[in-house]
Amino acid sequence: METLFFLIISLVAIISAILVVTCKNPINSALALIMTFFCLATYYVMLDAPFMAAVQVMVYAGAIMVLMVFTIMLLNIRVDATKKHSHKLVIGSIVGFFTFLNVVIVLVKSRAALPTGPYSGEMIKKLGHTELVGKEIFTNFLLPFEITSILLLVAIVGAVILAKKKI
Amino acid sequence: MENLNSYLVISAVLFSIGTIGVLTRKNAIVIFMCIELMLNAVNLTFVAFSRHLGNLDGQVFVFFIMTVAAAEAAVGLALIIAFYNNKESIDVDDVNLMKW
Repeated sequence: METLFFLIISLVAIISAILVVTCKNPINSALALIMTFFCLATYYVMLDAPFMAAVQVMVYAGAIMVLMVFTIMLLNIRVDATKKHSHKLVIGSIVGFFTFLNVVIVLVKSRAALPTGPYSGEMIKKLGHTELVGKEIFTNFLLPFEITSILLLVAIVGAVILAKKKI
Repeated sequence: MENLNSYLVISAVLFSIGTIGVLTRKNAIVIFMCIELMLNAVNLTFVAFSRHLGNLDGQVFVFFIMTVAAAEAAVGLALIIAFYNNKESIDVDDVNLMKW
């Protein structure tokens, strides 16, 4: 049952990812990308990471995609504005195919020594995923978390400066 | 579902589709969305490995990647708007001021 569900979600994710690349109108690409993000959130739930799924839906499908759709509508681009639709499609597909082979071989076949930890599925269910991630962030990853705030501040200032009338 | 490899293959497929999009499309916003797709494929790999190994570091990394993606979206879209104000186009072929 779970395998069937996984296959259905995979099908939707891949079809909507292909639609992101192939749609002529950027708005359709954006909507397909939102569908892909929801499929990824479903994967996170299946991987016992409900907090990541919530953040995925709120930050990616909510904030970032709203920003993109807003920009698309603000710029009001004609669909047929570009004379030639795409670059070399064949070369891009070949490079994409070899990227796929490369990533699959590296991820599935490699024998890297990875750090294991104590968090099993039952333990995550018992203690709560959000609590465990919060404990990790505010103990082991406290300094990167604080540096993230500086990154966001720089991004805000940069966006405001760049979007002014004259640069 | 416990099978790690299926998640990794899905992640590789999404990453490759994002690569093809970046290489073949000309609209800057669509290229931007394809980069977001590639970032999400990497996030899926992180979460799958994190669950498989029982180590939550990967999910904290995903949290930071999402922060960086949000900052990148804000700055990148501001750049696209600034470029559109100058050239009346978001075609990446028109970004040729420094082309030799």
